[in-house]
Amino acid sequence: MTLSELPRTELLARLRAQVAVKEARIRQAPFPVHPELAALLPDGGLRPGSAYSLTGAGALLLALLAEPSREGHWCGVVGMPDFGAEAAAQAGVALDRLALVPEPAEQWLATTAALLEALPIVAVRPTGRVSEGDAAKLMSRLRDREAVLLVDGPWPRAEAQLSVSNLRWSGVGVGYGYLSSREVTVTVSSRRSPLRRSARLVLPTPNGRMAAAVAVEPVSGLRAVG
Amino acid sequence: MARPTPATVPEERREGAGFASRRAGDRCLVLWFPGWPVTAWALSEGEDAARPVAVVSANRIVACSPEAAAEGVATGQRRREAQSRCPSLLVLPADEARDNREFAQVVESVERLAPGVQVVRPGVCALRARGLSGYVGTEAEAAEVLLEAVVVALGPTSGRVGVADGMFTALQAAYAANPVGIVPTGSAASFLAPLPVSRLGDESLTTLLPRLGVHTLGDFAALDAAAVRDRFGQQGLRLHIQACGQDPSLVQPRVPPPELTRQLDFEPPLALVDQVAFTSRAKVEEFIGALTAAGLACTELRVELTGELDELVARTWLTPGVFEPAAVIDRIRWQLQAAAGGQLNSGIVSLRLEPVAVDALVNHVPGLFGSGTDERVHHVLSRVQAMLGHDGVVTPRIGGGRWLAERQVMVPWGDRPVLGTPAERPWPGRVPDPLPAAVFAEPRPVQLQAKDGEAVRLDDRGQLCGQPSVLRVGEERLAVAGWAGPWPIDERAWDPARHRSASRFQVVDDAGTAWLLVLQAGRWWAEARYD
Repeated sequence: MTLSELPRTELLARLRAQVAVKEARIRQAPFPVHPELAALLPDGGLRPGSAYSLTGAGALLLALLAEPSREGHWCGVVGMPDFGAEAAAQAGVALDRLALVPEPAEQWLATTAALLEALPIVAVRPTGRVSEGDAAKLMSRLRDREAVLLVDGPWPRAEAQLSVSNLRWSGVGVGYGYLSSREVTVTVSSRRSPLRRSARLVLPTPNGRMAAAVAVEPVSGLRAVG
Repeated sequence: MARPTPATVPEERREGAGFASRRAGDRCLVLWFPGWPVTAWALSEGEDAARPVAVVSANRIVACSPEAAAEGVATGQRRREAQSRCPSLLVLPADEARDNREFAQVVESVERLAPGVQVVRPGVCALRARGLSGYVGTEAEAAEVLLEAVVVALGPTSGRVGVADGMFTALQAAYAANPVGIVPTGSAASFLAPLPVSRLGDESLTTLLPRLGVHTLGDFAALDAAAVRDRFGQQGLRLHIQACGQDPSLVQPRVPPPELTRQLDFEPPLALVDQVAFTSRAKVEEFIGALTAAGLACTELRVELTGELDELVARTWLTPGVFEPAAVIDRIRWQLQAAAGGQLNSGIVSLRLEPVAVDALVNHVPGLFGSGTDERVHHVLSRVQAMLGHDGVVTPRIGGGRWLAERQVMVPWGDRPVLGTPAERPWPGRVPDPLPAAVFAEPRPVQLQAKDGEAVRLDDRGQLCGQPSVLRVGEERLAVAGWAGPWPIDERAWDPARHRSASRFQVVDDAGTAWLLVLQAGRWWAEARYD
C-alpha cells in the first residue's frame, strides 16, 4: 500500500511524525535546568541559540549555570568583577570549566562574541545601553553556535525574562541568628507565551542550592531561646 | 665447585684475541670526578662542599667529600656507622636527576674542546684521545687541558684523567691517577694485573672469584678464555677480555641536543613595546620553527628581557596548549607592559627565549576530524587574552582564608594555580553557608547608622552601641530590617604587617537584600552582597 492509498487522517499523522523526527534531528535539545525552573521556562530548559534576560542575577544566575556545568559544558561569565566563585561552587558550578572575564570594559561585546565561539553558556553584564544592532549581531552568532546567552539586565530580543521578587531571608532576626536561606518568587515572562509563570522557590537553601518552597504556617510570637 | 683448569686452546679458537691488533692505536681518555653526587649537590645548591658531606642511597653511603673520607667515612658504609665516625656529617639523599643535570655542564665544557663525548654515568665521561692529543701535543697535555677547561667552567673540582687502550683500562687508570694517569699502549694487561677483581663491577662474579682463589685481575686474566666462558657464560667472557686489557667497547659519542634557546640583541636599544614585538617576530618564528623541526611542542616558556641599565625582566609563561609564534609575541608584549616603569626604566637591548618544558609534538597535532571542546575553548580564551591582556581571562580556584575575596584565587588562563593555603582547613571565623553570590574584590565603604543618625560602633568590650537602623551605600539609604553580629575575627596577631582585627555583621535591608558588613577600626565596609 503506498502513501496515496492511505486514509487522509492517517496520512497526515504519518507526515507530521516524519517532520517531527527531522526537526528533532536539527534542533538541539535544550540545556537542562533545575526541575523547578524547567516548569517555568517555555521549553523546559535553556533553548540553544537564544538569549535570556535576568533581573536580579546573583543566586539565580548561579542556579542557571549549575545544571549545564554539571553536564560537562563550559560556562563563561563576562563583565562581573564581583562574581562569587565560592558560592558558584556551592551552587554546583564546576570551577574548572568556568572562564571569567571580569573587566572587559568597552570590549564586552567583542569578548562575548568570541566566547560564544566555543562556550555553550555565556553570562554577561553589559556596560551601558545595548543597541538593537549589537543585539542582532550577537543573536546571529548565538543561533550559529547554538549557545545560550544569559544577560544580567534588559536585552532587546530575549527569549524570556526571568526576575526575582518578594525576597524573604530567614534565619536572621534583630540582633541574633544568621542568614540561613531565602525565599523568592521567580517570575518568567516569555516572548512566545503571553502568560507569566511564577513560582515560590528557596534560593539559596542553607547549602547554597535551589529548592521548591514548602508552604509553612507562620508561627508568630515564638522565638528560639537558649 | 670445580676450579676452571687452565688448558691450552688453539690460537684461532681464542675469542677476542684479535681485538688488540685490530684496534691498536684507538686510545681512550676517561674523565672521572670522585664523589660526583656531592659536587653536584654543591653546584646545584650553591653550597660549599669543603666539609663532611655524604650522599646516601638505600641507607648506604654512595659518595662522600674528602673531608668526610678523612674522618673515616667510606662508600658502602651504613649511614649510622658513617655518622658515628663523623658526627658532624651532613647526610643528603641521592638524586640521580641532579647528578645528571649538573654533569651536563662538564660534558658541555669538554665538548667545546673535543667532540664525541660519551657519558658513562654521572661523574664519568669518555672520549677518544687521539684527536685532542694530536692537536695539543701529548696525551698528558690533552688531559691537563681538559681538566683546566672543567675547572674554568665549574670552579675547583677534583677531576682525574686516565688514558689507556680501551675504556675499562682508562677508567682504572683514572681511579689510580693523581690527577693524570697514562697507561702506555700495549701495557694495559700489566697495569691491570695487580688490581683486585672487585674492579670488574659484577657482584656475583667478584664475590665468587676470591673464593676460587682468584684475587687479582692478573689471576683472572691468566685463566683460559674458553674455560671462563664455559663456567661463567658470555658475561664472564666479556669481563675476562676486560681483565686482559683488551676491552672491545668503543667510545660511543653522544649527539649533542639541538640548541633551542634563542637570543636576539637590539641595536640600538628599543624603547617601545610595539617595536620590540615587531622586531622579534622573525626570531620568534625561528624559535618555534626549530622546536617544531625537532618534533617538540613548547608548553612552558621563559622570556628574559634585558634593559640598557642591566635590568633583567624574566618570567616563565605556561599554556595548556602549545605556544605558537603569535602567542609568544603576546607574552613578550604583556611582560614588557607589566614591567614598564617599575622594573624596567630603559630601552631593551636583548631578548632571550628558552623552552622550559617541551612535549612531543604528536600529542598536540589537531585531530583529523577537528579538535575537541577543550582545544577550542583554549583557542578562544587565548584570543580573548590577546585582546584584553594576560589577566583578562581567569579561572577561579578556592583557597584558604577567612575573607571571601581572599578565598577565591583568580588564576590567569594558562597559569598554574598557586594556592597559598588549603581551603579544607577549618578556618574559624569564616562566613557560614550559604555564601554570598556577589563578593566585592575591593570592600566598599558604607555607613551603618542608628535611628538618631549616629554611626553604630563597638565599645571596648565588643558590645554594640546603638541599634542599626539605616544602611547607607553610596547615595542610597536602606532601612535595616534585620541584622546579626558582631562576629569578631582577629587573625595573625604575630605578624604586624598582616594582622587584621575586625567584626562581621549580616544586615538585611527592607527590600530583602542581605549584606555582609565588616567593622574595622571604627569604619564600616561591605565585603559582599547576598544577591
